[in-house]
Amino acid sequence: MTRRLFRKLHGVRNRGINPSGFHPSQIQFYVILAPIVIFMLLPIVFIVSNAFKPPEELFAYPPRFFVVNPTFTNFSDLFNLMSTANVPITRYLFNSLLVTVLSVLASIIVSTMAAYALSKKRFKLKKALFAINTVSLMFVPIAVNIPRFLIIAKLGLIDSFAVHILPALAMPVGLFLLKQFIDGVPDEVIEAAQIDGASDVWIYWRIILPMIKPAVATIAPLTFQATWNNADTSSMYVNIESLKTFAFYLSTLSSTTSTANTIAGQGISAAAALIMFLPNLLIFILLQSQVMSTMSHSGLKG
Amino acid sequence: MNASIERERQTQGRFHQWAAKEGNAYAFLSFYAILFLIFIIIPVAVAILLSLTYFDTIQFPRFIGLRNYITLLTQDDIFMKYVLPNTIEFAVIVGPGGYMLSFLLAWMLSQLTRLPRTILALILYSPSMTSSVTMAVVWRTFFSGDQNGYLNSFLTNLGIIQGPVQWLQSPQYLMPIMIAVTLWSSMGVGFLAMLAGILEINPELYEAAAIDGMSNRWQEIFFITIPSMKPQMLFGAVMAIVGTFQAGAIGVTLSGANPTPQYAGQLIVNHIEDFGFLRYEMGYAAAISVALLLMVLLFSRVANRLFSSEE
Repeated sequence: MTRRLFRKLHGVRNRGINPSGFHPSQIQFYVILAPIVIFMLLPIVFIVSNAFKPPEELFAYPPRFFVVNPTFTNFSDLFNLMSTANVPITRYLFNSLLVTVLSVLASIIVSTMAAYALSKKRFKLKKALFAINTVSLMFVPIAVNIPRFLIIAKLGLIDSFAVHILPALAMPVGLFLLKQFIDGVPDEVIEAAQIDGASDVWIYWRIILPMIKPAVATIAPLTFQATWNNADTSSMYVNIESLKTFAFYLSTLSSTTSTANTIAGQGISAAAALIMFLPNLLIFILLQSQVMSTMSHSGLKG
Repeated sequence: MNASIERERQTQGRFHQWAAKEGNAYAFLSFYAILFLIFIIIPVAVAILLSLTYFDTIQFPRFIGLRNYITLLTQDDIFMKYVLPNTIEFAVIVGPGGYMLSFLLAWMLSQLTRLPRTILALILYSPSMTSSVTMAVVWRTFFSGDQNGYLNSFLTNLGIIQGPVQWLQSPQYLMPIMIAVTLWSSMGVGFLAMLAGILEINPELYEAAAIDGMSNRWQEIFFITIPSMKPQMLFGAVMAIVGTFQAGAIGVTLSGANPTPQYAGQLIVNHIEDFGFLRYEMGYAAAISVALLLMVLLFSRVANRLFSSEE
């Protein structure tokens, strides 16, 4: 009774969590958030600005933050450039694209299959296996670089194309998020299909996959970021220049520019950095509403 | 004779029974399980084994017991004097600091209407999408040590500094810069999870609390918001801890050298690489790796205690 009265008095809720309209009390949050958001945004504006600066502006003293006469010179320079090993830039880009697309697709299939089993199938080791995966959320890959290197070498994966893809598929966070999401799919749906004689593969393909699209849309950009941004695989496991990725190429640019032609290389590496960053941003913008709906399932029970 | 056939048939039957009942589940799991085993479980196991040996990559590893760990704790001056204090300073500020920051930001965002909230969340999340390679380009230009560096030129104009400062090469500035840069990129998956968690909370809880006389927002945060989203808080905490230790390479990326100038930005991850890939003392490097994994586990245990949903 009082609760209903309270609601009536306040009408549509514009204060507090998830308001539906503007209320003056929100101004304080904008005031606090504004400087933080600007600080977070500056480096990204900086990349964009530098990428479009003509040489004389990159050389200018004192340096200016914003570009005045934007040009595409840096991009055309970048694409005309050959790496020291005579591999064209487009080759690195092509490798990156291929590796990333294959990794994303493979990781969706591998993780959703495992998540389906962990969520909806009954078997003895179910709880134990999920617990192991949850512990490995805390796994810090960088800590075991050395044994990983030894194992990858033993498996003969050095200098292979697969070395870019296979390690990226074991992604505990992805499996965790998917499993939590599939838990939300009602058992009745699956039981009904089983009574109709549906096989597990059919259930997985026709029921589970269509129902967990938001979760798939969440792990896809995570895998995308992890592989697209990955320069370590190329520098550690690949010695053949034409099998390396664009992220690796960018890392060589920034290390060479620190010594010799600092300014000339600055524009080119900013252009390359922008090319690295943009796909991540676009994919996330496209999928953001689905990502948020999956994230509400992300809770970890201690 | 007959009995053995009978037994065989029985075990076969049992296997078929098992395969019919649980086989599919394992089949669905198999791809992930194999990759998980190869790239996560076995590396950790090998690290633990190697940490008990002397291994220079040329000769076969020689078992030396716990000597690597004893050396690490008693004789590794650099580890005790620089690496461990640096790691703790970095981890304490970036870990809990970044975590509280991402919770507060998520909470403030949740008080806004949908469209501005989405745009601001995207802006805050976007730094975590940049790779360390991209960051190296940006930050090195920004903190460049000559007078043409953006920060140098800016501060000179304001009259705060007289001449150019070698930001990334000077021990006293490297660590604060590393911390700022890492905080900048720390609003990642955990931040999104917390934002989603806050938005999921049933608004009636707040209304009920308001009727019961709860008046200020801090009370709301501590008595309603955080208790209602413990699972997301824990997920965010684990992500923050992992992110903190994973970000350890930042000092080397920024200064361009391992070891970093006067070990000012040397973190445990750099120490591992220093011994593993520069000095080829793989056994010793593995011992440091195990120490690192144990530290992560310990921190996660603490987070678990704080946000456990089972009383």
